[in-house]
Amino acid sequence: MTDTAERYREFRLPDVGEGLQDAEIIRWLVAPGDTVTDGQPVCEVETAKAAVELPVPFAGRVRELLFPEGATVDVGAVIIRVDTGEEREVPVAGSGRTPVLVGYGAAPAPATRRSRRRPTAPPRPTAPAAKPPVRKLAKDLGVDLTAIVPTGPRGDVTREDVHAAARTSEPVPAQEPHTPPSPDETRIPVTGVRKATARAMVASAFTAPHVTEFVIVDVTRTMKLIRRLKEHPDMTGVRVGPLLLAARAFLLAVRRNPEINASWDEERQEIVRKHRVNLGIAAATPRGLLVPTIADADRRTLPELAAALDDLVVTAKEGRTPPAALRGGTVTLTNIGVFGIDTGTPILNPGESAILALGTIAPRPWVHRGKVVPRQVTTLALSFDHRLVDGELGSRVLADTAAVLHDPDLLFTRA
Amino acid sequence: MSDDGIRLLGPDGKRVAHPTYSGDADPGELRALYRDMALARRLDTEGVTLQRQGELALWPSLLGQEAAQVGSVRALREGDRVFPSYREHAVALARGVDPLALFRLFRGVDHGAWDPDAHDVHLYTLVIGSQTLHATGYAHGLTKDGSDAAVIAYFGDGATSQGDVAEAFNFAAVYDAPIVFFCQNNQFAISEPNERQTRVPLHQRAQGFGFPGVRVDGNDVLAVRAVTRAALEHVRSGAGPFLIEAYTYRMGAHTTSDDPTRYRDAAEVERWRAKDPLLRLDRLLRAEHAADDAFFAEVEAEGEALAARIREGVRGMPAPRAEELFDHVYAEENSLVERERAEFAAYQAAFEEV
Repeated sequence: MTDTAERYREFRLPDVGEGLQDAEIIRWLVAPGDTVTDGQPVCEVETAKAAVELPVPFAGRVRELLFPEGATVDVGAVIIRVDTGEEREVPVAGSGRTPVLVGYGAAPAPATRRSRRRPTAPPRPTAPAAKPPVRKLAKDLGVDLTAIVPTGPRGDVTREDVHAAARTSEPVPAQEPHTPPSPDETRIPVTGVRKATARAMVASAFTAPHVTEFVIVDVTRTMKLIRRLKEHPDMTGVRVGPLLLAARAFLLAVRRNPEINASWDEERQEIVRKHRVNLGIAAATPRGLLVPTIADADRRTLPELAAALDDLVVTAKEGRTPPAALRGGTVTLTNIGVFGIDTGTPILNPGESAILALGTIAPRPWVHRGKVVPRQVTTLALSFDHRLVDGELGSRVLADTAAVLHDPDLLFTRA
Repeated sequence: MSDDGIRLLGPDGKRVAHPTYSGDADPGELRALYRDMALARRLDTEGVTLQRQGELALWPSLLGQEAAQVGSVRALREGDRVFPSYREHAVALARGVDPLALFRLFRGVDHGAWDPDAHDVHLYTLVIGSQTLHATGYAHGLTKDGSDAAVIAYFGDGATSQGDVAEAFNFAAVYDAPIVFFCQNNQFAISEPNERQTRVPLHQRAQGFGFPGVRVDGNDVLAVRAVTRAALEHVRSGAGPFLIEAYTYRMGAHTTSDDPTRYRDAAEVERWRAKDPLLRLDRLLRAEHAADDAFFAEVEAEGEALAARIREGVRGMPAPRAEELFDHVYAEENSLVERERAEFAAYQAAFEEV
């Protein structure tokens, strides 16, 4: 027992469900000063398996609750201290049982034993015992395990020990990097958009099974059309470029194959068909990667779409994109061609089922009307969520997009 | 007959007449049945509490099944053999098994180490349904020995989905083994409800194997006792096995690792709470003036004393010696086990206390 004051006894969070690591304190049923009896429920905790009430194993007056409601507590951590009102013999260190893990979290801490030095014995580790996640935490926080006084039930280093050590080693603001500065590296705290991006990408990559398909397409006629449109009075004041035409072609493909404009609701096991097509445009901004959206993009005329794109890009570049413009996207277009890149495998924006990547457009030797001639060629890549989009549907969307960029006359026949 | 099966004592504590079975019992017997159930319930509460305090690895609660267990075990004669599953705490307690032996198992100190011959209670079996085979074999052995003892095998509704149970039914039927198959249908195989276990009421399973099966109200201790007595008489006469489906309800979780609120609704639990086995016997005892407040207070005090004994016993349980691993692998000395024991001892000796 770590208890040194005779009158006070501590109740440690037990493993109430065969192999659980932690539990969340939902509700305290007692407050400091309350009298409790042996076996009286003192709090409600929720584990990965169940919500249960924990009965305190001794009688007395509650002295202290060590965690607030809502806290996630590691198994083995002291959660409540009770004044039993009676002087107890302080157990000799190591002889006391700490009923935590199945009664015998109980066994004397291994710290009281050590290997007899024998030539055949393998070298003992000098760092105290710690579970792998705790070791990782220590590494992440730059805490030296050997410098920690372990308080775990088996003499091991706990999560709290590591956090405590991390706190004492950094008296300065929490923004400071945890590791001592090294001239070979700079550590940047992950916050804001970076953090949100990381979370969104992990969530998307590890929940939606991605499939990416590619098509190489001759867009010479689209490039000619762009040159003509730039001169057109209707397009005065707006930018006309490959992104605009690619967006238009993609939107037509989505309209022809509306099933792709949908998302997967895991919780309710439903496919959610979206009736509006809101086009997200991945944009590199000073704040990081943002995906502002153009609502009802499919219903806009070409000049309207061009104006919306301009507005979106300018706003994003200035870092003024309002939060509302970052929500509600249904499909996304990313223009990696601006970086001179041929193609890639884009990761879906969470909650969407398709993302199109437009590659760089460059003159390439191409078989055109039976002869190898230089043509303007690009690569399109479409990633889709294979839970709800099969290869056939994904292929149709990509092929339709490519067809329009190859033959922009289709802009009129399919509009 | 209600859907709940043969009934002699209704949830309101009033007796129900039945053409075949009789709930006759003198006041002393009624009080004894109540005491058995009340003590079992108190023991069970303590099991849940101790698990929540980290003193036990696991506890399977019998809450709600007291009448099914007490009624059946009290129908047995001395020398009849019990093969429990793992929830039969009331059966073990009534038969005189040291309650701490049950707690040692669920603390993980041993694997169930009471002497099955001492009280004719076989060890708990955690493998679902396999005890029905052991019990059938034992019952068949009794016939071979010319004994007039009988066997009762306890299992749950979930176990009826196991091949072992079907094999046991068939073997017992073919060889007229003197065994009562006692199925406590507590409505759930962990989280799977009855309707996903069977297309026909469970007691009807026996028909296909060629022996009788009945459903009894498992929360009616008098009906359970009467039906089990008749079943034991039947199997003892050499007429073959008998299946009893005790229709009851598991009021608590499957075990302390389970959260029943995730798969059943509170209204259903409340409907069964109204059929509580102790409450109805309490009502009968008072209505027939077979017990007074002093009796109930006495039983409660006895329950508290039992709980205190268990609490202290469990908290003070010494950890097992690691070497015990080797003690009961074989009944007699075995050279391989002895070599492993020596290696283990040498390894242990590589450490020393400081």
